[in-house]
Amino acid sequence: MIKKYLAKTYLYILLTILYAPIAIIIIFSFTNSKSIGEWKGFSFDLYASLFSGEAQHASTLSSAITNTLFIALIAATISMFLGSLAAVGIYNTKNKKIRKSIQFVNNIPMINPDIITGISLFLLFVSLGISGGYISVIIAHIVFCTPYVVLSVTPRLSRMNPNIYEAALDLGATPFQAFKKVIIPEIKPGMLSGFILAFTLSIDDFAVTLFTKGSDGLETLSTYIYADARKGGLTPELRALASIIFLTVLILLIFINHRANKLKSNNP
Amino acid sequence: MTISKLVMKRSTWAVPYVLFLVIFVVLPLILIAVYALRGNDGGFTLQNFAKFATQSESINTFIYSISIAILTTALCILIGYPAAYILANSELSTGRTMVVLFILPMWINILMRSLATVALFDFMHLHLGEGALVFGLVYDFLPFMIYPIYNTIQKIDKSYIEASQDLGANKKEVFKRIILPLSVPGIVSGIMMVFLPTISTFAISEILTLNTKRLFGSIIQDNMMLSDKMNYGAALSLIMLIIIAITSVLSNNEDDDLNEGGLI
Repeated sequence: MIKKYLAKTYLYILLTILYAPIAIIIIFSFTNSKSIGEWKGFSFDLYASLFSGEAQHASTLSSAITNTLFIALIAATISMFLGSLAAVGIYNTKNKKIRKSIQFVNNIPMINPDIITGISLFLLFVSLGISGGYISVIIAHIVFCTPYVVLSVTPRLSRMNPNIYEAALDLGATPFQAFKKVIIPEIKPGMLSGFILAFTLSIDDFAVTLFTKGSDGLETLSTYIYADARKGGLTPELRALASIIFLTVLILLIFINHRANKLKSNNP
Repeated sequence: MTISKLVMKRSTWAVPYVLFLVIFVVLPLILIAVYALRGNDGGFTLQNFAKFATQSESINTFIYSISIAILTTALCILIGYPAAYILANSELSTGRTMVVLFILPMWINILMRSLATVALFDFMHLHLGEGALVFGLVYDFLPFMIYPIYNTIQKIDKSYIEASQDLGANKKEVFKRIILPLSVPGIVSGIMMVFLPTISTFAISEILTLNTKRLFGSIIQDNMMLSDKMNYGAALSLIMLIIIAITSVLSNNEDDDLNEGGLI
């Protein structure tokens, strides 16, 4: 009994420390002060100016937000299709050596620290004479997102009856039709969780974007925050934005978790 | 074989991705080595590595980064293992919500979390510097240690524990001889997920120490951004790649054992 109490206390202390910084940011998002720790009375001013576009560097901040979402959406969508096709292909590769080598290369972007992925792609684009911009950033994001799609689709394939696809072909379906009507419905949950994973990874990314964005002023939220922090002060509106992002992630995770539990109880 | 027959074979569906991997993963990594072995005149040289070995600033930063990374990883194991153990232990059952709460910070932008740490230190009127750096790194990477350990402990076959208890093992012995050895793969992947990113961070250390302490990642970034020092930056990246390769080969051995066991 005492042990259980001690164990719980340990967890609660850890959680308090883990969440204290986030809590401070949320609390100080409700006061219009220049820096954290200085309370100027409760207000929604920061949220208001974040949305009305009256913030200090409003246009760059709002374009950074749009860029982040745009890049994440495109990169995650392409990763989802590329990765799902690849997962089917890798799963059906009978030659063990070839399959292992593809899986090995697929693991590289997941093991490599962001800075290495970023630098290696930076060197590639420099060598090819491609100047950084949306395209290079999106390609870079596909590089580190797709492996996770492959990983989340593969378990679905192993649970699937391998003969259904053959049956569809025997009944006259083209491979494309068979993919659309037979394979996709089976692997859909894996594709969806791969997409969500890719989307959050892309939004979260900083180092890879920094090296591939080029010098034409393309900023995502992460690079904007970095530039802002380097200048010394943090745009106060970012506290409001961070609070919104935190709550969104919280709700999204609870939703995914709820879905996962439901799926588990449906097929035990 | 005609094209349509090739498309019918599902193994060919991986071809687009394989091409993508070759161009955007393998080729770029080779380019790092190419640039690292090239002098400013374009010829082959080992000068970039000689520069690293003789320049005290980069060597010192390198050693400093590795020590900070080891310290961070050790602290993450010390703090994270008990947490993962409690979370995975059904007797102390804490429920899934608790697990989600521990993993949640993983999904928040690392810069944002570092800024939050700065906010906490400011709020408590503490100085930024080495202490803040270690606190911030542990804070940033702790979930990445807890999650894999939690996963492996949770997957341990309960019958092993019961069997050892039937054979007369007490709780301490069960932990020492069953749970701890079987959770080693989790610790190994935790180390991979904490140690490697820690040596390569650059932005976090700048934010948390007000640019007074530099890690290896910062040096790489500084050199990479200047076109006349790009080759030197590539050499430093190659050194980091070698460390990654060594670390992952060491940990892969463990994983392979696990996979083979899992197949049976």
